[in-house]
Amino acid sequence: MNFDMGAYGAYIWPAYGVSALALIGATAWAVAAWRRAKTKLTELEKKK
Amino acid sequence: MQFLFRYANPANFMRLSAAVLPFTAIATVLCIATALYLGFSAPPDYQQGRTVLIMFIHVPAATVAMSVYGAIAVCSLLSLVWRHPLSDIAARAAAPFGALFTALGLITGSLWGKPMWGTYWVWDARLTSFLLLLFLYLGYMALWNAIEDETRAARAAAILALVGAVNIPVIKFSVDWWNTLHQGESVISGKLAPVFLAPLLIMMLGYVLLFLTLWMVRIRTAIVERRARNLMQAGVP
Repeated sequence: MNFDMGAYGAYIWPAYGVSALALIGATAWAVAAWRRAKTKLTELEKKK
Repeated sequence: MQFLFRYANPANFMRLSAAVLPFTAIATVLCIATALYLGFSAPPDYQQGRTVLIMFIHVPAATVAMSVYGAIAVCSLLSLVWRHPLSDIAARAAAPFGALFTALGLITGSLWGKPMWGTYWVWDARLTSFLLLLFLYLGYMALWNAIEDETRAARAAAILALVGAVNIPVIKFSVDWWNTLHQGESVISGKLAPVFLAPLLIMMLGYVLLFLTLWMVRIRTAIVERRARNLMQAGVP
């Protein structure tokens, strides 16, 4: 693998950085929302 | 259609998606890791140099962004015509990811445009119609949140999604219909060398799988939230 981008590094690394951040962030957000909803439903079902 | 209605049942969907999710999640990681390895091992393009690396994330983001809108339009049609019980939930759940992939398509495209075209942005047909797609996603999500009654919100959002679907062929064929700075289609027409085509297609598959995984998680979340709301309305404290 070659990580030498030469003068284009200023464009390539931000493109990969923003994409990684956005996709990992979206995954974390979706998983956190799922866990919150699941915990709430479990609590309500216990009280039923 | 019969197949669709069978899995439209939220209980069936929860069961099926729980079984499928681990596989799509693992396949997503494998595809993206393989594409990154192949992409960073590929030689520089004879014209674009190493900026060709941006293609491996720009094209998949843009393709998924348009496909997600297509999926929302299909779900909206199912909702309006057949009152499909899961379609509103599915359409709403897809929108934030569609907006995200659209924003990524615009950002990575700008970062690719500067070294290749000499500018981050130009108001040409492809770029402008793609920016319009982002506004359609934002408008669709805003409409869902603006109307309190869920049935009315779903209907209004579905109509907006179907009207906005006109923009998808405009984006796709804008490079053929008008003179634009954006390059024409080069994947299906076989203009790409295999050394670039392989990481691109594998990354595209990775992005599609990632979207499907996140979409299923969001639909499952919405179903669980609805159950919790029903319990609270039934008087459970």
